[in-house]
Amino acid sequence: MCHMNSENPKIQNWGERYPIILTGFAFAMLLLIWDLLARFSGWSNQVFPGPIPVFISIGELIGNGMLLKHTIASLFRITIGFYLAVLLGLPLGILLGRNKICNAMFNPIIQFLKPISPIAWIPLAMLWFGIGDMPAIFLIFLSSFFPLVVSTTITVSSINPVYFQVAANFNFTRMEAITKIIIPAITPSTITALRLSLAIAWLVVVAAEMIAVRSGLGYLILDSRNALRMDYVMAGMIVIGVIGLLLDFIMRRMGQLESTSWQHSEIR
Amino acid sequence: MGHIIVNSISKEYRNRRRQSRKNGCIESHFQDPIPVLDNIDLEFDEGEMVCILGPSGCGKSTMLRIIAGFEPATTGNVIIDGKQIEKPSSNHIFVFQNNGLLPWMTVWENIELSLRHLSETRDRAKKVAEHIEIVELEGFEHHYPHQLSGGMRRRTELARALAVNPNVMIMDEPFSGLDFMTHMKMREEVVNMHKFTGKTTLIVTHDIDDALIMGDRIVVMDGRPARIKLNHRLDFPRPRDFQKIPELNKLRQQIFLMEGVSYAV
Ligand SMILES: Nc1ncnc2c1ncn2[C@@H]1O[C@H](COP(=O)(O)OP(=O)(O)OP(=O)(O)O)[C@@H](O)[C@H]1O
Ligand SMILES: [Mg+2]
Repeated sequence: MCHMNSENPKIQNWGERYPIILTGFAFAMLLLIWDLLARFSGWSNQVFPGPIPVFISIGELIGNGMLLKHTIASLFRITIGFYLAVLLGLPLGILLGRNKICNAMFNPIIQFLKPISPIAWIPLAMLWFGIGDMPAIFLIFLSSFFPLVVSTTITVSSINPVYFQVAANFNFTRMEAITKIIIPAITPSTITALRLSLAIAWLVVVAAEMIAVRSGLGYLILDSRNALRMDYVMAGMIVIGVIGLLLDFIMRRMGQLESTSWQHSEIR
Repeated sequence: MGHIIVNSISKEYRNRRRQSRKNGCIESHFQDPIPVLDNIDLEFDEGEMVCILGPSGCGKSTMLRIIAGFEPATTGNVIIDGKQIEKPSSNHIFVFQNNGLLPWMTVWENIELSLRHLSETRDRAKKVAEHIEIVELEGFEHHYPHQLSGGMRRRTELARALAVNPNVMIMDEPFSGLDFMTHMKMREEVVNMHKFTGKTTLIVTHDIDDALIMGDRIVVMDGRPARIKLNHRLDFPRPRDFQKIPELNKLRQQIFLMEGVSYAV
């Protein structure tokens, strides 16, 4: 498509001026292909529902309140798990980034635990926390905690040392060094890190809800599969995608709010 | 206030690990210590403007960092107003060779850092405004460092250093990287500031003329490790035109010769 654009200046101008039209067009094509595949694949509507029955099902799920209930359940878990990860992960990252001894002690442990997929923790999570919100929250916490610690550690340790010399020269207290130097210095890249780990957390929430809980979008999908309602399964998938986009959009806006003022100086 | 004694300091760097291959096996060992400063003895009077010259890499910045307390000397010590220097403090402010302004703070906020001890917001605002006026940055209070020119950034840093009212100002190449006119203006500004505040001021510069025009004392370092090659008090009134003062002219020739330049214009 890009290729075509570059050859046809008219379309290019169009696309530059109204990118939304191109996006809409692409989505319409996707729906069309989906519809054609569903119609002519030879599978029955139960196995591979087309877009129209799926959107009708979404309407049903909205109508009977199921969708809202499950969405709220998922958002609740991701909020708690993610907040916990941020509240514990950022301070730990700052500590590891500033303190050589702590770094030498704990960084290898963090590095070792980080690549273990949160999914691999499912058996232990269920054993430790039983049934309910707790194991799911725990898994979401794990999925964002380690990446956040690692990225914060790296950002903090790469802060220009001149700023800490300024801090020492002007008799900053330890607290002032954190609030006036470390936090502003790491904010831009931390927002990116938060955005990435929120995306991972949203991936994990669905997996976590397929075990041990009876609510949430992950559960909706699992339950619908058990009931052989593939239209509901697809409805759940679409909602997950839409909410994922929304979360990313919100984080991106936060990033823009922050970085407008001073960040250009880092590039120079 | 601002009397400085540099008490036979020497400095060696030995912090770089090197790996070498000898007879096929990898050995990891500390590099031989690099001596940078050799037994430096200096004394600066209160209120003196000291200009320090020397070829690049001879250890001028290192000496300033030791005086400011950013790093320890290997042997010897620095005493300011009777107290041995052990760590940085707002009594002796270092103006950095690279930009030391905090990029996430505006001109106003950067200068306000020096006045954190004032609890009354009004007093603080008044002081900040005063110092912005001293360096003629009115109208740029709410600009971030990246929105300023190089000279304006130096002036902001100067204002920030002044606002903390230190006994000693330590400036590492405050004029480097500025265009000619800005250099002249900044030099004038530093001279005025020195006249106005009477603070002991140490300035590293690459420009001999800077030193001859501004300095109450001129110090030349050279060699590896660096020693003091010349330490000369200049008792001439400012503003000076060194070309009309034969003694300064002779000194200039002498310094040029020391640095290996045989004919100087
Ligand atoms: N942290 C360090 N570790 C090892 N060697 C260092 C370190 N800092 C400086 N040196 C060495 O010490 C010597 C003096 O450095 P310094 O920065 O003091 O020179 P300078 O006189 O300020 O030079 P310039 O005029 O270029 O700024 C140099 O040879 C440098 O390689
Ligand atoms: Mg230097």
